Amino acid sequence: MNIIADVLGSTIIFAVPLLLVALGGMFSERSGIVNIALEGIMIIGALVSCLFLKTANEAGRGASSPQLTVLLAILIAAASGMIFSLLLAFASIKLKADQTIGGTALNTLAPAFAIVLTWAVQGQGQTNIMLPTWVRISGISAESGFFARVFLKNSYLTTPVAALLLIVSIILLYKTRFGLRLRACGEHPHAADSVGVNVARMRYAGVMISGFLGGIGGLAFTLAAGSGFSSTVAGYGFLALAVMIFGNWKPLNILGASLFFALFKVVGNYASSLPFLPDFTGVKSSTYIYQMLPYIVTMIILIFTSKKSRAPKAEGIPYDKGQR
Amino acid sequence: MKKSVLKSEGAISFMSSLISIFCGLLVGYILLWVFNPKYANYGLGCLVTAGFSSPAKLAKVLYQAAPLILTGLSVGFAFKTGLFNIGASGQYTVGAFCALICGIVFKLPWWVCLLAAMAGGAVWGFFPGFFKAMFNVNEVITSIMFNWIGMFAVNVVFANIPSALDNFYGASNADRTAGLDAANPGAIIPRAGLDRLFGSTYMNISIFLAAVIAVIIYIVIKKTVFGYELRACGSNRDASLYAGINAKRSIILSMAIAGALSGIGGAIYYLAGTGKYTLEKSLLAMGFNGIPVALLASSNPIGTIFSALFISYIQVGGDAMQPEFAVETIDIILAVIIYMSAFSLLMKSVVSKLIGGRFRRKTRGAVLDKEQEGEAQ
Repeated sequence: MNIIADVLGSTIIFAVPLLLVALGGMFSERSGIVNIALEGIMIIGALVSCLFLKTANEAGRGASSPQLTVLLAILIAAASGMIFSLLLAFASIKLKADQTIGGTALNTLAPAFAIVLTWAVQGQGQTNIMLPTWVRISGISAESGFFARVFLKNSYLTTPVAALLLIVSIILLYKTRFGLRLRACGEHPHAADSVGVNVARMRYAGVMISGFLGGIGGLAFTLAAGSGFSSTVAGYGFLALAVMIFGNWKPLNILGASLFFALFKVVGNYASSLPFLPDFTGVKSSTYIYQMLPYIVTMIILIFTSKKSRAPKAEGIPYDKGQR
Repeated sequence: MKKSVLKSEGAISFMSSLISIFCGLLVGYILLWVFNPKYANYGLGCLVTAGFSSPAKLAKVLYQAAPLILTGLSVGFAFKTGLFNIGASGQYTVGAFCALICGIVFKLPWWVCLLAAMAGGAVWGFFPGFFKAMFNVNEVITSIMFNWIGMFAVNVVFANIPSALDNFYGASNADRTAGLDAANPGAIIPRAGLDRLFGSTYMNISIFLAAVIAVIIYIVIKKTVFGYELRACGSNRDASLYAGINAKRSIILSMAIAGALSGIGGAIYYLAGTGKYTLEKSLLAMGFNGIPVALLASSNPIGTIFSALFISYIQVGGDAMQPEFAVETIDIILAVIIYMSAFSLLMKSVVSKLIGGRFRRKTRGAVLDKEQEGEAQ
């Protein structure tokens, strides 16, 4: 029973970054900008917030008020993600650049920048940022009940924050004037423009919200991965894009999709200790097979859902007032 | 009216590429200066001069340029059909795998290995094209998923073929493939005496192979009906459908050929006999570096040769900057180059204004084609 509780607990932890980042991608695409730069945004968010946590630890802040410091780190991750996403917004809105190529540039930039910066800060060849242990919310004993084990054994502040942001996202997208306008800009920017909506401003807002959520997602991923920051988020930004497509650009569907994907990811990690999985006796390095699993499942699901999926109509097309 | 060379479309593309490169180097220099002012000039010096500092370094430039030409061709070829092949990394890995299996396990000669790599890469490129054509799945997402699937699949298969690994031939490492010297010298790409000329075992005929392939691709794209169909499909898919071009077939073939090119790239890198494939935990950068190569060349196959040489050159310079600076500084420069290329339309209009010519109709048409290619993705 304990192992199932652990799997479910880890699933939640790994679903959090996917959820946050996919929600970010949703806001950007709903405004009409394809945000393939999520991977890079995550890396920058994780980089800056991990550097902050490291400094806070060295200054002795962690012991006195650990969760307040983590909350600050979350805000810093969000802010840095937002600033970084401005690069994409500027290129694709102001300069009408190709959004996919612009995003690829940011994805190339982020890990390289992270390595160069950590190299410069920590000295030659040391590109890992270790996380202090106090970032984890701890305090349950091994004998606690099933649900305590699921929700509390390995818990970080990012989980409740993500839940809160999910609710805020739903309200923002469906219940506010801003959300309606944002969606209009992704579906038919000319119609939105004709009734006085500032398309460029809405799209800036969409991309910056994705930077906000993506940055937090980067921190959440690094916390979930557990071994500190090493200038990568292992393709999670791209998985989040797939989650967003699978979730059909809708917040609640994205929640379901991210839990589903996280489960596969965790099953891959726990493969050796789960008795009901085949262990491929005779096959060396069979962990690689399980590591492949989330990506293969993504592919299969995309094939079956893409006929029904409905992307925002105007995504990827730079807005041109004069175009008919 | 006589056409001025300066105002031709190619010259404008070239100038805007130069501006991209300049901006990239500038940002790189600023970063060097910010992180380590004392060594900034030294770092830039390495970057700009290391590639020509000795014949051995030049050999390294040519050695790395060959696979870059091929991954650049791969990305550029897909661009022509309006597809973004970000999966060159996975196709490159699968190509390298096929070549090494043929070379090490089946003891086949080098050119058979190249053909096998071509087939392997083509299969890996076929999937994203097929899914795009048949199920309308975005090829960017598919290619990225296939990058990871390819890497893990290659790892697990290599790990289970003991005779392919280095420790089979007496070395202590089990996490990399066997050296070709020991396993099958016949699989090493011929060096034709060039290694003695340059005094470096990195040097072989692969750079010439890559250049020949670039010329072939140029002819296919510019001079054949098939190439025309691909370009038409990239410029305007609906119009090409109306004209009776089978768009689905074009998409699938374009991605398969792009994959084949990346696959050959992987083969010629590892069949040089100097590098061994290590069971990786992260995607190989060579495939991703094909993107700036293709963008700098405006997807022109002949231009790809030169942009690949340039990028390989600054990479050798980046290696020489260590340990004062991280070699990833080069990736930042590449990122800036990609970023600048993303708004090539704007760049080109600025350049043509700078030159003083009016933004002529023909150029504008060509540039608009480019833009639509981007939109079609």
